[in-house]
Amino acid sequence: MAGAHYLNADYFYYASYIILQYIVLATAWNILGGYCGYVNFGSAAFFAIGAYATVFMSKTLPLPLPLLILIGGAASGIAGLAMGYLALRLRGSFFAIATLALAVVLQTFVVNWDYVGGSRGAYVIRPDNLEVAGFQINYIEYLFGIMMGLGLVSVIAARAIERSRFGYGLATIRDDELAAEACGVPTLRLKLIATTISGAFMGMAGAPFPLYIGYLQPSSAFGLEYALNSIAMPMVGGTTSWAGPLVGALLLGSAQQYVTVTISSAANLLISGIMLIAFVIIAPRGLVGIAEALFRRRDRS
Amino acid sequence: MTAPLLHVNGVTKRFGGFTALDRVELAITPGERLGLIGPNGSGKSTLVNCICGTLRNDGGNVRFAGETLDGLAAHERTRRGLARSFQLPRPFHSMSLAENVRIPLLYAVPSREAKPLERDELQARCIEVLNMVGLAHKSRRMTRDLTQVEMRKLELARAIAAEPKLLIADEAMAGLSHSEVDEILSLLFKLNEQGITIILIEHIMSAVMRFSTRLAVLVSGKKIADGKSDEVVREPEVVQAYLGQ
Repeated sequence: MAGAHYLNADYFYYASYIILQYIVLATAWNILGGYCGYVNFGSAAFFAIGAYATVFMSKTLPLPLPLLILIGGAASGIAGLAMGYLALRLRGSFFAIATLALAVVLQTFVVNWDYVGGSRGAYVIRPDNLEVAGFQINYIEYLFGIMMGLGLVSVIAARAIERSRFGYGLATIRDDELAAEACGVPTLRLKLIATTISGAFMGMAGAPFPLYIGYLQPSSAFGLEYALNSIAMPMVGGTTSWAGPLVGALLLGSAQQYVTVTISSAANLLISGIMLIAFVIIAPRGLVGIAEALFRRRDRS
Repeated sequence: MTAPLLHVNGVTKRFGGFTALDRVELAITPGERLGLIGPNGSGKSTLVNCICGTLRNDGGNVRFAGETLDGLAAHERTRRGLARSFQLPRPFHSMSLAENVRIPLLYAVPSREAKPLERDELQARCIEVLNMVGLAHKSRRMTRDLTQVEMRKLELARAIAAEPKLLIADEAMAGLSHSEVDEILSLLFKLNEQGITIILIEHIMSAVMRFSTRLAVLVSGKKIADGKSDEVVREPEVVQAYLGQ
């Protein structure tokens, strides 16, 4: 069985889609968690908002995927802003707990919302092909292309933020909020912008997911793997630069795909969990941090 | 008499049942050098926090440059020209010294000027400010490489970079040697000559006496004396409360 999947030409696109989706999620998490220092345990909720926005729209008003992505992004961006207003007065682990609670509340809400399938879940019909300007494109290749585009946009956005005045402001919040205020940094406003951007990208990553999977149920949209991987990937790669989440997502994402095929899908989370713990203890600045330290040493000698 | 630059008007601050500040009155005219002294726990830092917006006062109000500051967040007060250094240095530890100084240049100064500084101007200004405190040669170092003295100088540099009208130096000299105290004092004198009003909170009496034209004394959250420095230190109440004699 596994061997047959492995040889399938579509498999490459299926697997790559997931890795690209994690690049978006990890990069989005890092804008708030890495640059600004606020740990979000509720990534799955934002991902699910994007996914369920698509389910909702497919039942209400079917739209092309790029529009669905914008709608999903807007919905989860607004959710990010709302979470910011409610939770950003909390600091450290209290903020993290609040985001976790948000995910639980939202999942309960979706489970009880019949229109989008409730606890049974909902089917979203995925066309086999998509016609663009006379060309027939295999839909899974199309999804892959869309996610590739989202990955690029998110990484470029993260890089731009990192080197901007806004990015410097976020870094002061991570380092010392009182000192940031004393230097004229409007900390609350910057944090709200960060939660909004971070939430929006997570939602955009989730919007194509129902079409990818074909059948969406709450337990898959709110899966633990999204919350865990969005934290583990930036942590493993390094949280202070845009390259960290990218490296972490490529590395952990590929490892997970490999393990899913060769061992079992249950071993997936084990990898992320172990890597997360290992890096937090041994190399809190991640792979990018290790690389930087090596280069610096070479510079000095 | 000119209108006061800063007017602390009956400010009260309570922590639970404890009254940290009790209807404190304080007015400072532009260009003044005020020393604020008082024993440990007398409320000096609480007063600074209420002036700068880190804490909300429970009673009274603070006026600055003709405007009441009630309800304004700390960063908005900094943008209006009220800068402080922290008693315990609070550097941005993931940044170089130049970047530390760059933050107020990016966030506090442009709010007052028509257009933000260009990249080269920014860098030049960072070095200029660091040079004022004698740290220009370390501009690319990280803050963890600094000594305690250098941390305090960086605190001042960051406050100076915000181009304040009023600078509150909260124990900028604690733990420094004589020559280092002299260094900081001459820096503060220089800033004052440039027109910056300064409140100096300090335990080192010789430094306060040399620097201040006026002294205010806080004891248990109450202002017990305010006036010319040499007269205030002779008031029996001050001598008894502050020097414990």
